[in-house]
Amino acid sequence: MPAQVRLRAQSPQREPASNDGVLLAGVTRIYRDDRGAAVQALAGVSLAVAHGEVLAVVGPSGCGKTTLLELICCLQAPDAGTIACAPAVLMPQRDLLLPWLSAAENAALALRVAGCSRSQARARASALFEELGLGGFEDARPQELSGGMRQRVAFLRTLLAGKPVLCLDEPFGALDAITRGEMQGWLSQTLARAPRTVVLVTHDVEEAIVLGDRIAVLSPRPGRVIEELEVDLPRPRARTDAEVGSLRERALLALGMAKRT
Amino acid sequence: MRRRALSALPAVALAVLLVGGWELYVDLAGLEPALLPAPHDIASALWNSGDLLLRNFRVTAEEVVLGLAVALLAGFALAVAIHLSPLFRRAFYPLAVGSQALPIPVIGVLLVFWWGFGILPKLAVIALICFFPVVVTTVDGLAAVDPDQLKLLRTLDASRWQAFRLGELPAAVPAALSGARIAIAVGVIGAFIAETTTPTSGPYPGLGREIITDVNFQMPRAYAGTAVLFLFAIACFYALSLAERKLAPWTTRPRGELH
Repeated sequence: MPAQVRLRAQSPQREPASNDGVLLAGVTRIYRDDRGAAVQALAGVSLAVAHGEVLAVVGPSGCGKTTLLELICCLQAPDAGTIACAPAVLMPQRDLLLPWLSAAENAALALRVAGCSRSQARARASALFEELGLGGFEDARPQELSGGMRQRVAFLRTLLAGKPVLCLDEPFGALDAITRGEMQGWLSQTLARAPRTVVLVTHDVEEAIVLGDRIAVLSPRPGRVIEELEVDLPRPRARTDAEVGSLRERALLALGMAKRT
Repeated sequence: MRRRALSALPAVALAVLLVGGWELYVDLAGLEPALLPAPHDIASALWNSGDLLLRNFRVTAEEVVLGLAVALLAGFALAVAIHLSPLFRRAFYPLAVGSQALPIPVIGVLLVFWWGFGILPKLAVIALICFFPVVVTTVDGLAAVDPDQLKLLRTLDASRWQAFRLGELPAAVPAALSGARIAIAVGVIGAFIAETTTPTSGPYPGLGREIITDVNFQMPRAYAGTAVLFLFAIACFYALSLAERKLAPWTTRPRGELH
């Protein structure tokens, strides 16, 4: 029954975070697949993300990374464990731009929802369009944009939601290598200017190292944290830095061990 | 403009071909006009009774346009109610299906008793005949919205109403317009049924009434009236296509692209 699915997941275990961080303690999530079989997505995940920290979550596909983000964004409720978290906004893997709105209106969707006037919302989005190389495309419809441009609009929409916590689900996965590099640079700069708490799910270990303050490695399903790596490197970081390379080896090693178990 | 004129060419060519064949058939088979009038008989009936047909057509056209407006609004509103309330869906949907099996003459007398000999009973009949396709297509359109898009709107703190207005409602517009196209195609015959089942006072009862009378005495004129209804249905259909570009511009191609 779709009407029930749409209800906001309410959970007695959810507490507002005292600061703008995210705290998960022993979070377990089991859902039923299409045939009604129980699938355990997460098994006792405990994670702490401090205010203004970027946590990169890597793991094999199907390890519950997306479930983790939906739990943080209140789109699902945990079956066990507790989540304490400031208001979070999700940038899903698919851009999910609304085809009946222009690019600027899509980017400013949260502002419209919050009651901003059409022109005010558009003006705030347009100011960022130039910066992301989208200048001149404010009034284009999503289907007129390239994949990379759509992804950037979706990213702006996430930023403009104004929430202290950003949950990014493989935000640059669909982009070509050059655009991805540019977007990573832009994200780093934006976060340096206006820090937010970020949980970044990615399958790209290098991206995790370039963007993250810390990396959590998840095991295959049911996902649990098998390793946490501090990324104590100066910014801006480049994929070609020597330290990035050695850290990448450690992360891949953890992932490889995860696959063998 | 020139390209649009050219795009009408196949339809015109086929119509000319059919009318030519018709003319030949009546001529070769030696059919009486009371059985099947030849196109040239119909054309002269159209010419000689032009004023009568035009005045009756105005009555019918008003019924069709207003009746369809009622049908589209009611159909859309009912679809929204069905979408939002599972209880209303369970209660109302079977009745809506059943209403399409209702023989109109059965209720014609009652409608006249309620609303008299004016336009209201006709609008009720047209709306009853035409609302159903709008309901079905709009309900499906509302349900077909990408659930991930609704999820996204929720993370942006959209209320239920905002999610409906920004997500579901626009998503349903193309489907609702498909329903409207079906409704418009049956709207004209709906007016015919309305006029022949609920009597009208006044000098011009509408083309439907006129045609029913002419079938017995002046078959060429009955065909002439039919030709007018035929063209009117086509005109209404294309008027909606034009409105579609305004109502759902995102479903049409980007400007400047060739077909």
